[in-house]
Amino acid sequence: MTKMNMLQAINSALDTAMAENDKVLCFGEDVGVFGGVFRATSNLQQKYGKDRCFNTPLVEQGIVGFANGLAAQGSVPVAEIQFADYIFPAFDQIVNESAKFRYRSGNLFDVGGLTIRAPYGGGIAGGLYHSQSPEAYFAHTPGLKIVVPRNPHQAKGLLLGAIHDPNPTLFFEPKRLYRASVGEVPDEDYRLPLGEAEVIKEGTDITVLGWGAQMEVIDQAVERAEKDGISCEVIDLRTILPWDVETVANSVLKTGRLVVTHEAPLTGGFAGEIAATIQDRCFLYLESPIARVTGIDTPFPLVLEKEHLPNALKVYEAIKSSVEF
Amino acid sequence: MTTTKSKVVYSPVFTDGAEFRIPTFKLLKQDGKLYKSAKAPDLDKDKALRIYRAMVTTRILDERMLAAQRQGRLSFYMQCTGEEAAVIGSAAALDDGDMIMAQYREQGALAYRGFSIDEFMNQLFGNELDYGKGRQMPVHYGSKKLNYMTISSPLATQIPQATGYAYGQKMAGGGHCTITYFGEGAASEGDFHAALNMAAVHRVPVIFLCRNNGYAISTPAAEQFAADGVAPRAYGYKMDVIRVDGNDILAMYQATQEARKLAVEHNRPVLIEAMSYRLAAHSSSDDPSGYRSKDEEAVWREKDPILRMRLWLESKKWWSEDDEKQLQETMRREVLETMKRAQKRPPPALDTLVTDVYDEVPPHLAEQFEKVKAHIRKYPDEYPKSAEHAKGGA
Ligand SMILES: Cc1ncc(C[n+]2csc(CCOP(=O)(O)OP(=O)(O)O)c2C)c(N)n1
Repeated sequence: MTKMNMLQAINSALDTAMAENDKVLCFGEDVGVFGGVFRATSNLQQKYGKDRCFNTPLVEQGIVGFANGLAAQGSVPVAEIQFADYIFPAFDQIVNESAKFRYRSGNLFDVGGLTIRAPYGGGIAGGLYHSQSPEAYFAHTPGLKIVVPRNPHQAKGLLLGAIHDPNPTLFFEPKRLYRASVGEVPDEDYRLPLGEAEVIKEGTDITVLGWGAQMEVIDQAVERAEKDGISCEVIDLRTILPWDVETVANSVLKTGRLVVTHEAPLTGGFAGEIAATIQDRCFLYLESPIARVTGIDTPFPLVLEKEHLPNALKVYEAIKSSVEF
Repeated sequence: MTTTKSKVVYSPVFTDGAEFRIPTFKLLKQDGKLYKSAKAPDLDKDKALRIYRAMVTTRILDERMLAAQRQGRLSFYMQCTGEEAAVIGSAAALDDGDMIMAQYREQGALAYRGFSIDEFMNQLFGNELDYGKGRQMPVHYGSKKLNYMTISSPLATQIPQATGYAYGQKMAGGGHCTITYFGEGAASEGDFHAALNMAAVHRVPVIFLCRNNGYAISTPAAEQFAADGVAPRAYGYKMDVIRVDGNDILAMYQATQEARKLAVEHNRPVLIEAMSYRLAAHSSSDDPSGYRSKDEEAVWREKDPILRMRLWLESKKWWSEDDEKQLQETMRREVLETMKRAQKRPPPALDTLVTDVYDEVPPHLAEQFEKVKAHIRKYPDEYPKSAEHAKGGA
């Protein structure tokens, strides 16, 4: 075990994967000698050489198209998109190609080795082009897996899980926590399962569900709610696609209430999908409407970021009104 | 039917285009004198001084605002140090009615067009007077009045838009063109290639200006492309191209002047590659010592475009030591004073959170906004910037 921040944990996961298998390659804009603008790939080029860790030209559609080809060949590419906001030039390669390789070829070909990493989310004074949470766009696309870690331990375990998963996986990293979140991380290889939510805390009155950077927000909200005598069950979804309906439904069957929170806008956000599925599964057990605490339906602002973001206070308010419904 | 009319050969002939070497156009030496066979473009004293003032203003603004960022007064900043001639020299060759679609490092073009220091500051501090209403990071300027399209962070997206905008200008009766600026890094994006091809096919009055400053964040140009820079790509699209010493104000001015003629009078799109160097860090969040040497920077510091122009102005007796001192002093003072003013101004009103998403605020957004306001009213201390604005409403 070593104390690390989330960036160091991601670096450790990449290092572990590259050491074990020389088919693993890391590339993207500024990923090489510089180690990426956030330093997630520090020292990997020095350690594994320019053929396995390198700068690409500045072209996201090229990065992902290239990665698709590499993965189809049997390599294990881990491509970095510098900010999740800049994943859209690669949208076609991801949703039409990565996602459909296996299906369209009748499993003759696949890009299962592919992992795409991208820092997402707000709270870094980035304004509308350095703060987006694009998971819902991809969640609409069958064939992809989407993973979001909440702390360093999860980041390393889930990233290794993603790299070894035989399906193309998007790995969205909460950049607000890159340096802020610190914890003990095993030095060796360990893999956390994809598709499984984690019940972080058990409780009886209400289920509070989120992922990534919102988990910290949930912690603060829950702490406050518990002072009011409300017992909260806290779940980290961890994988957005395919998501763990079972764990969430079982929790709501027990608590009868659900609050889902994410930074992305409300309309078409993934909380909507969760709410629909859970009311289908748990209708007769629900004691209040499922609440969504999300960003509002606007692009991400800069100066009024705090007003826009779903913070601990807003989640706390939602917990209270659900319980008092 | 194919449009290719090529010579036929009977054994395989490969070519990598290395025989096409694009020359570099230069007029002015670093000592302010012209090269032997060079002739200065037609540039009168007033215009020359307007250009020079814009260069100095930009440099001072950049230095001062980087310092302000370091002091924590500003969240972020991007300098254009070293590239003032490439940007201002080209912008000065245009008509003020021509459209500018920039990448982000072209504050010099705005300064030349007359964006005031106040206007710069209001954007940098995202206050209530910022035209962009505090929504974007610092340096994402825009001015409708000055025909300067508001900056968008996703790289290269402005390049095909420039082709479209200029096509519209042509359809509207001509007389104007659009210039779009981008870095050699952004020229790798698919949007760049789409833009040039469409411009050539549709004969669009657009000038593509690549600032080749050697780096895209940490990535050196040699890891960006294998070819001789960006300029040769124009051949593939059959487009006019010129490579210019980007630190040479006279060459940049003249090349753009002629490019504008080709674009506006003959509907020929033009690619200009300005060869320069990004003397500063990529942005205030970047540290270039991790990827390049001080020696390399020093070589380029010697080629300072502002000093080069100043020496030329002095040789023409259009500028003196005293003029310089006075300009430096007034600009520094103005920058400091306007910064203080801008910093004190209140942030944009709370309703800017939901305006401009559509032409009118739709019902679902109005409803969400009422909830935000009710929440702020309940916890005014948590939202000091907007508590006052949240008072009205249901
Ligand atoms: C589509 C997209 N990808 C990545 C980025 C992040 N980014 C911002 S600036 C930059 C480098 C741009 O370099 P260049 O175009 O050469 O311009 P310069 O900064 O040198 O002026 C990168 C990668 C972005 N803004 N947009």
